Amino acid sequence: MRFLSVFGRYVIFMSRVFSRPEKARIYLKQTILEMESLGFNSVGIVIIISIFIGAVITLQTRYNLENPLLPLYIIGLTARDTMLLEFSSTMVGLILAGKVGSNIASEIGHMRITEQIDALEMMGVNSASYLVLPKIIATMVFNPFLTAISMSVGLFGGWMACIITGALPSADYLYGIQYYFIPFYIVYALIKTVFYAFIITSVSAFQGYNVKGGALEVGRASTRGVVFSSILILMTDVILTQLMLA
Amino acid sequence: MIEVKDLYKSFSGESVLDDISVSFEKGKTNLIIGRSGSGKTVLMKCIVGLHEADKGSVFFDGRDFLKMNFKERQNLRREIGMLFQGSALFDSLTVEENVMFPLNMFSDMTPGDKTDRVNFCLKRVNLENENALYPGELSGGMKKRVAIARAIVQNPKYLFCDEPNSGLDPITALLIDDLISEITKEFDITTIVNTHDMNSVMEIGEKVVFIHEGRKCWEGTKEDILNSEDVNLNDFVFASNFAKKIKAMTTDEIRDPENY
Ligand SMILES: Nc1ncnc2c1ncn2[C@@H]1O[C@H](COP(=O)(O)OP(=O)(O)O)[C@@H](O)[C@H]1O
Ligand SMILES: [Mg+2]
Repeated sequence: MRFLSVFGRYVIFMSRVFSRPEKARIYLKQTILEMESLGFNSVGIVIIISIFIGAVITLQTRYNLENPLLPLYIIGLTARDTMLLEFSSTMVGLILAGKVGSNIASEIGHMRITEQIDALEMMGVNSASYLVLPKIIATMVFNPFLTAISMSVGLFGGWMACIITGALPSADYLYGIQYYFIPFYIVYALIKTVFYAFIITSVSAFQGYNVKGGALEVGRASTRGVVFSSILILMTDVILTQLMLA
Repeated sequence: MIEVKDLYKSFSGESVLDDISVSFEKGKTNLIIGRSGSGKTVLMKCIVGLHEADKGSVFFDGRDFLKMNFKERQNLRREIGMLFQGSALFDSLTVEENVMFPLNMFSDMTPGDKTDRVNFCLKRVNLENENALYPGELSGGMKKRVAIARAIVQNPKYLFCDEPNSGLDPITALLIDDLISEITKEFDITTIVNTHDMNSVMEIGEKVVFIHEGRKCWEGTKEDILNSEDVNLNDFVFASNFAKKIKAMTTDEIRDPENY
C-alpha cells in the first residue's frame, strides 16, 4: 500500500517535471550547466575506476582460466565482453547513482528546507520542472558518453595489466578484444545507460524534492535516493537484458 | 484586498488553523502576530497555496484562489511577492541574478531594461554596488534586503513577509520594517507581515490580527492593542517586565498583577 502511494506521488511528480517549460531558452542554458556539473565532472571518476576494473577483470580471467586447451585470446575476449555488456553500463551506473544521485538529492533537499523551492513556486515557476527537467535531459544525453569512455579506458586498462604483469602476451589480448566483435553490444550498453540516467536523476530528485524537516532529513533523502536508484538499476538491467539479448 | 473565509488546516489530524476569517486591506501593512508555533506561517502559506487548506476560501480582490487550477494559480502568483523567513535566496546565483530571476523567467524586457529594473529595486532597498556578491557573502540584513528587492521586482500587487526581522539586530530590524511599510505605501500594495516582535507592531502595524493556538483571537489597530481585553493578547503584548511596568504606570486598573 505504502509502495503504491509513493509510486503514485512519483508519477504525479514526473508529470509536473515534464510539463511545458515557461521559457525554453532558460531551460536550455540550465541543461548545459547541468551537463557540466553532473556529466563532465564525473569523467575523472569513470576513467579511474574503469582502468582498474579493466585490469582486474583481465587478470582474474587469466588466473581462473588455467586450461591449456583454451587459446589465450579467449581472455581478451572475455574481458571485452564483460566490460561492454555489464561493467561500463551497469557498474558505472551504480557508481553514478552514488555520486550524481546523492548530489541531486541533497541539492534539491537543501533547496526545499531553505524554502528556495517555495520561492520558485511563489514566482509562478514550475519548480519541479525547472529544477529536474534540465538534470534529466543532461544526464540522459551525457551518460552514454561516460559509458563509451569507460569501455575504451577499461579495455586499455586490461592491456596495461597484460604489459605490466606479463600475465598474458599483449598480442593475444589485442587479438582477443577484436575477435568476433558484435557492435550491437555497444548499442545495448548505451541504451541501458540512458535508462539508468533517467532512474538515477528522477528518483534522487523525487527524494530531495519531498524532504520535510532539516539537515538530517536531507541526508536521509540522499541515502534513499542512492539506495532506491541502485536497486532499480539492477532490476532494469535484468529486464532490459532479457528484452534485448534473449 | 485579500479576504480569508473560514479557513481550516490540520497536519495528520492535529488542527493548526481553526476557522480563520480575516481581511487584509490594500495600501496598508497588515500584521499577523502571535507566539511561535501559533500558526502564522501556516496561515500565510495556506493563503498563497504553498500548504493546501483543508477547508475555506481565499479571495485576491474577489478572485477565489483555492478554486483555481495549477496554471491559474501560477498566473496569480506572479502578482505576489514573498519574503521568506530565511530569505530563500538562490545560493548559486549572485545578488543581481537573484533579483533578475523573475524577469528572466517571465518578462520580455531587453537585457538593458532588466538591468535597469534590477538596479532600481536594489537601490530602493539601499543596496548598491553589491550586485556581484553571492548570498553566502551577505549579512542577514543584506539578505533580507535582496529578498525584498526580488519580491518587488515584478511590481507585485500583494506582498507577504514571514518574520522579516527575525535574526536581525533591533536597528536593522527597524530599517527592514520601515522599508516594507514605505514600499507598501509607495506602490499601493496589499502587504501582510508575520511577526512576533512588538516593536514592529508599534512601528508599522496599521491593521493587526492576533492568532493564538490557530484561532483568530483579536483584530484591530495598533492604537487599540494596548487597551484590549483579550487575556491572551495581553499576555503576548505585555510579556516583558518593562512593558508590564509601563502598563502599570499608565492604567489605573490592571488585570491581576500577581499573574504576571
Ligand atoms: N509541514 C508541517 N507538518 C506538520 N506540522 C506543521 C507543519 N508546519 C507547521 N506545523 C505545525 O503547525 C504549528 C504552527 O506552525 P507555524 O505556522 O510555523 O508557527 P509560527 O506561528 O511560529 O509561524 C506548529 O505547531 C507546527 O509544529
Ligand atoms: Mg513562522
